[in-house]
Amino acid sequence: MLDHLPENTTASDAAASQSSAKRRPNAPLWIGFLVSIFAFLSYIPIFAKYPSTRDMPWANFLIFALGLVFLFFGLRRAFLQPVLYRGKIAGPILTTLSVAALVFFCLTIFSLGKHLPPSTQAPKVGQKAPDFALADINGRTVSLATLLSAPDASHPTKGVLLVFYRGYW
Amino acid sequence: MQDFEKLGVKPVAISVDSPTQSQDLCRKADYTYTFLSDPNTEAIRRYDVLHKGAGVSGHDIARPAEFLIDSTGTIRWINLTDDLRVRARPDQMLGAASTLASQ
Repeated sequence: MLDHLPENTTASDAAASQSSAKRRPNAPLWIGFLVSIFAFLSYIPIFAKYPSTRDMPWANFLIFALGLVFLFFGLRRAFLQPVLYRGKIAGPILTTLSVAALVFFCLTIFSLGKHLPPSTQAPKVGQKAPDFALADINGRTVSLATLLSAPDASHPTKGVLLVFYRGYW
Repeated sequence: MQDFEKLGVKPVAISVDSPTQSQDLCRKADYTYTFLSDPNTEAIRRYDVLHKGAGVSGHDIARPAEFLIDSTGTIRWINLTDDLRVRARPDQMLGAASTLASQ
């Protein structure tokens, strides 16, 4: 493209004279941005479902890394070949947004979930489990004693696993 | 779930949800084990797994926690997570249950 320009025209003059519409769109910037947003949004609906990608969200970090690689190449193009490619303005904005998504993701994942009470008074292993009497889904009152002694000839009750969960409130 | 049944260990889920809410959950997710309602956080406080004001509009709810209790009523295994995201995995709970069942 530059071959056809007069010899006394510098590259920056050429850049200025070129309308931005003539420059090629810088796809890696947008791909990188979209990949980063996907990395951010995909944790809860997809990766939090599997313990191996939930406890340490390596899959999301991998996707973030991929997004940042795209952004890096996009930025390089935008700044090293501004005559050929667009993205000198969009590039830094998209990169900032992507990095912000990554930072926010880390904050959410590694700090918000840890605000749990210490439960220092919880019964310990070897101690007697406190009894309780609560309503089941049919409104019948069920106590720990009945759970432990419920007759079931084929499968004698060896124990009860209490799972406390947050619920839908 | 059948694995727990085979071992003779009953999973029991406890939250502040009402019986109706738990019923909906059971129907939707096809859960067959026992769900108990603790709206006044009686059992939740007795096991010291209350998460004060963590629910919608500041309601007290249970923090995630698992207790395995043997047939004599003695606690045999506990899992108190330090992170909301990281709960006991089914294989951890099954492992603890099978240790109990084999004794």
